[in-house]
Amino acid sequence: MTDYVISLRRSGRYAFEWLERGFDAMFGPSWNPFHQLGALGWFFYWIVVVSGLYLFIFFDTGITAAYGSVEYITNVQWYAAGVMRSFHRYASDALVVVMMTHLLREFVMDRYRGPRFFAWITGTPILWFVYASGITGYWLVWDKLAQYVAIATTEWLDSLPIFGQSIARNFLHETTLSNRFFTLMVFIHIAVPLILLFIMWIHIQRHTHPRVNPPIGLAVGVLAMLLVLSLVHPAISQGPANLNTVTAIVNLDWFYLPVYPLLDHIPGALLWAAFGAATLLLLLTPWLPPKRRRPIATVDLENCNGCGRCVADCPFSAVVLGPRTDGKPFTHEAVVNTKLCTSCGICAGACPTATPFRRASELAPGIDLPHVPVRELRERTLAACRALSGEARVIVYGCEAGVSLSCLSAPGVAALPLPCSAALPPAFLDFIITRNYADGVLLTGCCEGDCFYRLGIRWTRERFAGERDPRLRARVPRERIATCWAGITGSASLEQSLHAFRAKLKALAPLERRTPLSSQRLTEQASSND
Amino acid sequence: MIKPLNLIGQAIAYAAFGAMLGYFSAAPAYVYRDPNMAQIKISFSHAAQRVGECRRLSAEEIAKLAPNMRRPLDCPRGRLPILIELELDNQPLYRGELPPTGLARDGSATIYQRFPVTTGKHHLVARLRDSKRTTGFDYESAADVELAPQQNFVIEFRAETGGFIFK
Repeated sequence: MTDYVISLRRSGRYAFEWLERGFDAMFGPSWNPFHQLGALGWFFYWIVVVSGLYLFIFFDTGITAAYGSVEYITNVQWYAAGVMRSFHRYASDALVVVMMTHLLREFVMDRYRGPRFFAWITGTPILWFVYASGITGYWLVWDKLAQYVAIATTEWLDSLPIFGQSIARNFLHETTLSNRFFTLMVFIHIAVPLILLFIMWIHIQRHTHPRVNPPIGLAVGVLAMLLVLSLVHPAISQGPANLNTVTAIVNLDWFYLPVYPLLDHIPGALLWAAFGAATLLLLLTPWLPPKRRRPIATVDLENCNGCGRCVADCPFSAVVLGPRTDGKPFTHEAVVNTKLCTSCGICAGACPTATPFRRASELAPGIDLPHVPVRELRERTLAACRALSGEARVIVYGCEAGVSLSCLSAPGVAALPLPCSAALPPAFLDFIITRNYADGVLLTGCCEGDCFYRLGIRWTRERFAGERDPRLRARVPRERIATCWAGITGSASLEQSLHAFRAKLKALAPLERRTPLSSQRLTEQASSND
Repeated sequence: MIKPLNLIGQAIAYAAFGAMLGYFSAAPAYVYRDPNMAQIKISFSHAAQRVGECRRLSAEEIAKLAPNMRRPLDCPRGRLPILIELELDNQPLYRGELPPTGLARDGSATIYQRFPVTTGKHHLVARLRDSKRTTGFDYESAADVELAPQQNFVIEFRAETGGFIFK
C-alpha cells in the first residue's frame, strides 16, 4: 500500500512537472497557472461573489418571477447582467477545475502530510461547500435544468433516513411549490458561500505570505478569457420549468453535476455512503502513510537575540517571538512550535549568526536543525572544497525536493544536499568564493515558482539580490553564483546549467580574494568546535 | 519582456481552457428519460388508523392524571401500516406496505414513487387500505387517462377530500 502510494505520487509528480514545463515556456514561472492554483481559486471565488452580487439586484424570487428575471438578465440586459451571469457560471466552473487540480497536485507533490495536514484537512470541506454553492445556484434559475436538479437532489436527500417527510414532494406539481421556497434557496445560496469563505480563510491560516491573489498578468488574462467566453458563448437557460412534465433531456454542467446521472444507476443511500467514505478517506490521507518526521528546529538562546528574521522567513508560521526567558538583555527570543515545524531549515538560513566566517566561538546559530546543523554544513562544505581540483571549481547545493545530485560527478564539481535552498545562509557563498574555496556556487532545487517549502526560492532570490535579510554581501561577485530551479525532472537542465556556468567561470578574470584558512587553523577550529 | 511566441502560447492556453469551460458547462446533453415516455408519480403522506380502539377514561382515572395531561380518551399511540396498490390497464404497477414513520411508529406513512409508462390511453386504478381490515380496501379510485410524451401524471391522496387525486 505504502509503495503503491509513493509510486503513484512520484508518477504524478513527473507528469505535472513535464506539463508545467510547457506552461513555464508560455507563461513564465511566475505566471504559470499550475503554480497559482490556490490563488486562482480565490480569484475565481471573488469573481463569483462580485458577479453574484450584481445578479442579485435583478433576481426575483417566485415560481414564475425567478425564471422571468433571469431571462431579463440574459436577454434584455445582456451587455451587463448577461455578461455577469456568464462570469458567474464560468468562474464557478473554473473554480471547480482549479480546486480539483490543486487537490491532485498537492497530493502528488506530497505537500499534505506531517505538519501540512492542516491545509489538507481544512480543504476537504471546501469541496462540499463549493459543490453545495454551485448546485443551489442552479436551482434559482428555475428552468428545466433547475427542475431536474431540484427533483434529483431532493429525491437523493430523501434517501437519507433523517427526514420525516419527503422533501421531493415539494416538487410534485406547481401547487405544491411555494414562492417562499425561492427565498429559502437564495438564503442558502448566499449563506453557503459565506461559510465557504470562512473555511477558505482557515485553510490558509498556517501559511505565512499565503498566495490569495494571482499575479496581475495572469489575472488580466483570466478575466479577458472569461469576457470573451461570456460574449461568444453566453450562459443561457433551458426553458422554463414545468412540473407537469418530465425533463427528459438536460444539458448538464458536468463540472458541478456529474453525480446526478449516477443516481439513475446507484441507489441514493449507497451513493451517500460512497461520498461519505471518500470524504473520510480524504481526511485520513495525510496519515496513509504518515510522514516520518525529522527533528525540528531548535533554538539556542546563547546565540539568539530575538531579531525575528527566522519568524519572518518561516513559511509555516512555526517560529514565533516569545518573551525572553533567560534573563539576557533582549526583549524576545525565537520559539519553535513543534507541531508546525516542517524541518525545512529556512530559519537557520535566515539566522544572522549562521555564518561560516565565525571563528571566535563555536559555529552554533540561534536556530538550527539538529540533523543538519550549520556547523556540519560548513565542515562538509570545506571537505568538499578540499577535494575540488582543476579549473572552474564549483560547489553545488541542491534542495532535497529537487533533482538528484548524483548526476554531477565531474572532477571540479562537488554537490551537497540541503533540506531547502533557503536553508543555506548567504554567508556561505561569501565564505566559499572570497576565501577561494571554489570559483563558483550553483544552487539547484524545486521548479521555479514552486518551492516544496513554499518560500525557499523566493527568499533565496531576495537574499542574493540584497532585498532581504540576511543579505548576500555586495563584495560577492554575482557572476560567480548561479541557480538552476530544475525540479525532479530537470537533471539534463541541471547538467547544462552547470556546464554553461563552468564555461563562464573559466572565462572570468581571476578574482582577487583572500586565501583559505590554513590547514592548521581549520584543525584548530574543528577541535574548538568539538 | 514577453515574446510574441509566448503570447501566442498563452492565447492558445486561455482559448483551450475557455473552450473546455464553455463546452462542459452545458454539454454533452444527458438523456434522463426517454422523451417518448410519460411518467406516473405517486406521492402522499397519510396517517393510518391507530392500532387499537380509543378507550374513554373514567372520572377517577382523569383525576389521577397531572392537570396538564388530563384528557377524555386514552388512545394507543401506534398506527397501522398502509397498503397501497396501483394497476395500469389491469396489470399491477405497484403494491406495497408503507410503515408509519417515527420511533413510536405513530407518524404518517409516506410514499414517493415514479414509474415510466408508455404514452397513450390507459386505465388506472389506485387502492389504499389504512384500517385493520384484512381484505379489500378503504379507498379506491379509477380513471381513464391519456398520457402525452414527457407528461408527469401525479397521484396524490387526501382522506379529507375523499381519497385519491389524479393530476
